[in-house]
Amino acid sequence: MKSKLLAAIGLVAVTAAALTGCSPAAESAKKADCTNTIVNKDATQVSVWAWYPAFEDVVDLFNKNHDDVQICWTNAGQGNDEYTKFSTAIEAGSGAPDVIMLESEVLSSFSIRNALVDLTEFGADDVKADYTEGAWKDVSSGEAVYAIPVDGGPMGMLYRKDILDQYKIPVPTTWDEFAAAAQALKDAGAPGVLADFPTNGRAYNQALYAQAGSVPFAYDNAKPTEIGIDVNDAGSKKVLSYWDDLVKKNLVATDDAFTADYNTKLVDGSYAIYVAAAWGPGYLGGLSDADSDAVWQAAPVPQWDAANPVQINWGGSTFAVTSQSKNQEAAATVAKEVFGTEEAWKIGIEKAALFPLWKPILDSDYFRDLEYPFFGGQQINKDVFLAAASGYTGFTFSPFQNYAYDQLTEQQYAMVQGEKSSDQALDDLQASLEKYATDQGFVLQ
Amino acid sequence: MTTPTAVAAPGSARTSAPRPQRRGAGLEVKRQRWGWLFVTPFIVVFLLFLVFPLFYAFGMSLFTSTLATGTQFTGAGNYVKAFTDPLFLEGLLRVAGFAVVMIPLQLIVALAAALVLDTLTSWLSKLSRLFIFAPYAIPVVIGALMWSFLYSPRFGPASSVFGLFGLDTPNFLASDTIFGALVNIVTWQWAGYYMVVIYAALRSIDPSIYEAARIDGANGWQTATRIKVPMISSSMVMVITFALIGTLQFFTEPVVLRNIAQGAIDAAYTPNMYAFSLAFSYSQFNYASAIAFSLGILVFGGSFIFLFLTRKQSGLK
Repeated sequence: MKSKLLAAIGLVAVTAAALTGCSPAAESAKKADCTNTIVNKDATQVSVWAWYPAFEDVVDLFNKNHDDVQICWTNAGQGNDEYTKFSTAIEAGSGAPDVIMLESEVLSSFSIRNALVDLTEFGADDVKADYTEGAWKDVSSGEAVYAIPVDGGPMGMLYRKDILDQYKIPVPTTWDEFAAAAQALKDAGAPGVLADFPTNGRAYNQALYAQAGSVPFAYDNAKPTEIGIDVNDAGSKKVLSYWDDLVKKNLVATDDAFTADYNTKLVDGSYAIYVAAAWGPGYLGGLSDADSDAVWQAAPVPQWDAANPVQINWGGSTFAVTSQSKNQEAAATVAKEVFGTEEAWKIGIEKAALFPLWKPILDSDYFRDLEYPFFGGQQINKDVFLAAASGYTGFTFSPFQNYAYDQLTEQQYAMVQGEKSSDQALDDLQASLEKYATDQGFVLQ
Repeated sequence: MTTPTAVAAPGSARTSAPRPQRRGAGLEVKRQRWGWLFVTPFIVVFLLFLVFPLFYAFGMSLFTSTLATGTQFTGAGNYVKAFTDPLFLEGLLRVAGFAVVMIPLQLIVALAAALVLDTLTSWLSKLSRLFIFAPYAIPVVIGALMWSFLYSPRFGPASSVFGLFGLDTPNFLASDTIFGALVNIVTWQWAGYYMVVIYAALRSIDPSIYEAARIDGANGWQTATRIKVPMISSSMVMVITFALIGTLQFFTEPVVLRNIAQGAIDAAYTPNMYAFSLAFSYSQFNYASAIAFSLGILVFGGSFIFLFLTRKQSGLK
């Protein structure tokens, strides 16, 4: 009787343990949970989260060439999906990988939560010379370096040559010409519009403001409680009122970006121009329902002042080492070296359409002269993106970038809906960000 | 002989009376012990996955963690902030609006369908019952995804339908139409489920009452409104309670539609979405707990008041 009772209690305890996942078997199984195969089983394993296309080939290459350290790769979701998991792991105190792919815009958001390791003590400065100044500025905050740059998003303008030719519209080089082209396309009775102004463009919208001189945030990790916010400057107001005007005249669409509708419209001729980052061609190449007779060309992004061109950047990603990592030295090695060979970059460029920030390949003849079949053999790097990349001087994001973007979307949407003027939208954005920063304990500069 | 026995009988009865009681109490204790043992798995899971997280979340909500200054104990500070937070209050107002429109609509559709199906007896009624119930069997996320394609100006059928009549296709995802778009999805999904609940209640009514009503000269409409509806009022109260709780916690459908209508559905569209964004997009886990708790209290309070007001109809009194 007693023993039966004990046995029953034991059974209950085992069931409960299994339900909570506390059993020792579950713990040991976690380590072997890689998407790729480990070549050298005795070497230190570094877990990596990343979502690059064709990344498995890069990982295999790294593992083949390294005896002492091996990558255990997992795709934990793209962009926000991954950040949500990472954020939860930070809050929980465990569960983060050793190395994580992060877009440069979220680095401050995670470094302020002490989730990232300062890589200067692990030899980050040794590879500093391999990157452009702008790229390096994106990953550093003051003296600290929180990630190793991987790919960038220098911006250009992708256009449908067949559509512009059909309506005899010259390729715009300035924003004035861009507006004129939009008007001309409409007057000619074209079924589509010149371009889209997505209110949820986030980094895209911010890049457009930056081109007119907007410096929205001033933030340095050395003084983590101080922040400067200036999103309603004259430059931003000029840009937004420009787009507001085009929207009011129905010269551009206001479709949300990154939806199925938008993806189709990008390639079916609904928009004649796609102001894009260097990864844009890769994005277009993966979309379905494209016009079979489309002729794509790339040109530099339109300028406000043709005499003083300003280059801008949209997106770009990095590898950071998390502070939860048990072996930060090995993790730093992975972050520095995974995209540190020409072989790896050829996979990245040709299979994943990434734009390298690693100078040995960025400055190579191979990359400069690469012909892209999508653009009818145009050498888009030579024509457009290399100049755009070298002219980029870096950008400072806020430590609450996700909130800032959500607010930007809300205000731009209100403007497009006709609820407020462009100036009002940016003033309201400034006020809401200032309030948020104060609530979060920051001192406004 | 008879007297002593007669005297002894009550005596022995009196003295022996506690004995079976004691044996009964022992049995009772033993039974209870086994009973407790059998419910232990449930209690463990219940404590571990409901009570403990609730206390943990409540504990979290008493602290404030900011990006710049770290974590400190602020007691009810987060709750004061929540109930003065315009985003939270707007979200509450919005779900209240949904409740006012959506619950009566679902109830009317469900009740009408149930009453009609109750009077039909052909194979057609069984088939219709299945069809009306079918949307409930579709997972909420899949249903919302499906509707997001139907609403899509490009892929949806609306443009061809409206094109037939030479009309412009309305944009179902604009800021002034998204409310109706969401009401439509929820009603489509849940009306069938409520219909089944009401239908089951209708089936349990004794048919002789209808017969009596017919003899008294009641027509179909009178039978439905004077007899059937009052007799199933307790099921209706239950349906409304379910709908009320579900609507106040509105989350899945707007989250799915937000993927294609980020302007019209903002991150704080409903209180639940706000809590989710705070926790997972803005990493404010403490404030998110306070928002979630505040919502929980309001949902509990709302359901309680509703059940109190309808205690006569539901038979709880």
